[in-house]
Amino acid sequence: MAEVSLQNISKSYGKEVALENVTMTVPDGSFVVLLGPTGAGKTTTLRMVSGLDKPDSGKVLINGQDVAKHTPAQRNMAMVFQQYSLYPHLTVRQNLAFPLKSPMLRTPEVEIARKVAEVAEVLQISHKLENKATELSGGEMQRVSIGRALVRNPQIYLMDEPLSSLDAKLRSDLRIELQRIQASMGATMLYVTHDQIEAMTMATHVGVLDHGKLVQFAPPREIYENPVSIYAASRLGSPKINILPADMFPGAPEGAASIGLRPEHISLGEGAEAQVLRVEHLGDQTRLHLKVKGEDMITLTDPHSTLAKGDQLKVAPQSPLYFSANGDRIS
Amino acid sequence: MAQIIIKNLRKDFGDFTAVKASSFTIEDGEFFMLLGPSGCGKTTTLRMIAGLELPTSGEIYIDGEEVSQKRASQRDIAFVFQMFALYPHLNVRQNISYPLKSEGMPKAKIRAKVAEVAEILGITDILSKPVGGLSGGDRQRVALGRAIVRDPKAFMMDEPLGALDAEFREHMSEELRALHDRMSATTVYVTHDQLEAMQMGDKIVVMNHGSVEQFGVPQEIYDWPATMFVADFIGSPPMNFLRFEGEIAKRDTSVLLDGHHFDIPFQLDVAKGALVFGIRPEHVSLDGSSPYKGEVLATEYLGTTQIVTLKTANGIIKARIEARAEVAIGQTVGLAFNPRMVTLFYEPTGVALLSDANKGVLDHG
Repeated sequence: MAEVSLQNISKSYGKEVALENVTMTVPDGSFVVLLGPTGAGKTTTLRMVSGLDKPDSGKVLINGQDVAKHTPAQRNMAMVFQQYSLYPHLTVRQNLAFPLKSPMLRTPEVEIARKVAEVAEVLQISHKLENKATELSGGEMQRVSIGRALVRNPQIYLMDEPLSSLDAKLRSDLRIELQRIQASMGATMLYVTHDQIEAMTMATHVGVLDHGKLVQFAPPREIYENPVSIYAASRLGSPKINILPADMFPGAPEGAASIGLRPEHISLGEGAEAQVLRVEHLGDQTRLHLKVKGEDMITLTDPHSTLAKGDQLKVAPQSPLYFSANGDRIS
Repeated sequence: MAQIIIKNLRKDFGDFTAVKASSFTIEDGEFFMLLGPSGCGKTTTLRMIAGLELPTSGEIYIDGEEVSQKRASQRDIAFVFQMFALYPHLNVRQNISYPLKSEGMPKAKIRAKVAEVAEILGITDILSKPVGGLSGGDRQRVALGRAIVRDPKAFMMDEPLGALDAEFREHMSEELRALHDRMSATTVYVTHDQLEAMQMGDKIVVMNHGSVEQFGVPQEIYDWPATMFVADFIGSPPMNFLRFEGEIAKRDTSVLLDGHHFDIPFQLDVAKGALVFGIRPEHVSLDGSSPYKGEVLATEYLGTTQIVTLKTANGIIKARIEARAEVAIGQTVGLAFNPRMVTLFYEPTGVALLSDANKGVLDHG
């Protein structure tokens, strides 16, 4: 197993700056999720670590050793991409066994069969083992390509949005499975996604990227409760954090331009007058869309709330976050 | 605008029955969701209401008039598809005007009408742009504009947001709902996304294998599912099913799970054999004093709450608890279930047993 460390990595493609002076350490055995919208630099970071691409400047260290001269194969990593690439003429079993059949590994047949069965079970594809890869649905193909990474024992797993093509139910099952597999093998995982739920539920650490810069690197709970900026605060949480003018409520510190209120950090009962624009009953929670002093705000309330459109109530902030005019956190 | 009544609607394609004896009522001005997995018959139902498909049997009333065998053009309904088909060589204004032009409406009236619709949709400033260069959102708005401009009796939408990415989808679904609130037009909307259905719908029909499983307002369907299919399809994570062998008599107020008594709502049915104790994750709590135990398999932090996956004597279940609670994987914890929110099911049929708690919801449906 391995620790990966990036030191002052920069990379441009023509005039496009993909990464700007990124420094971070993926600790041995951690599950690091890189989070950000399209173009933030997530996939480029993965490509630097994998060796599929070289940085313009900076170093990648694996277990303290500079790997600039190492090919992707020498770095001993298993990769899973959003676009699955399977051998179409082979069965699922043969596809899964393939990485173990490498002459370098010399895995005994019994061991291969055991590994393949175990991984197929975890990924819920045991019943398809004898099918050709071309006879599978998209979701099944993606599970096989994840499986092909899991049968090996590489130093590091690199995954690029591996769940984004799967349906919601399977995604939630696999989130737990990936987390469990990673923890039980003590593997180091670097995982790219734009899905905040994946980041929050699986990561030991989240790296928030914004236009090629790493803006925060911390456990998900830390980023959720203690974001460094409006940008970082807005990456986690659904519904999103409310960002409102700081002077809407009394008590803003000097220099504050915005107040950030998580939907669950708004108390109902006293404070500013609010009007209910819309009530969404989601089953386990109810979302209230409010208009407060001309601003839109979303808060949560009891699932069986009887509040309805047009009702008036009063709201006050609870554990507010304050941000400066350029979006940095000030308190 | 219009009320739509569906009675015993059926559609066969050769030997395959796509829709079996479906009945429900869409009230005037409602935002109505047809929800179910792929192949459940929801799109076929929508197409029959719109007149794009003729039913094998059954009736469709729009504003009291039976239209099941009438052509689409005679029903005065606007259809919005997932792939918004715009005329690529025409600009935004021409695309929106098109349906009015083909009706032969006078030019001045068309101009006024298009201006009004563009205002509602917030696309006034792009009216003279070609549709080719527009963003996905604007294309969607133009497609909606073309549907709205005719003032139809009702709108049919077939997964209009299905092709959009998650963030933009959330935004467009809010916009669509807000648009509906301004216009109050009867809208029938097909989706396979339960969250979208809960979020946007005034009422939901849940379909499976061509049949209506349940019909009602979102919160009631969520709280009191009629079948195990509905309980599992709606909610994320879905309802927990604790399986047990037992016997339920009328007036029972508790059940035995792994030797422990649990209170349940006052029962009105009798059942014996393979039963299921259904409870939503947010109604499961960690309670040190409970003799009923679960082993923590996983925790998922979600900011406001966390989901804890537990192994119990009656299967794997999930609890939604406060994010602050400290729970460690491998730990054994006591579990309590909110007795007022329990639904029992008879497993062989998958149907909910009637109780004092759910009869109000299940009786009328």
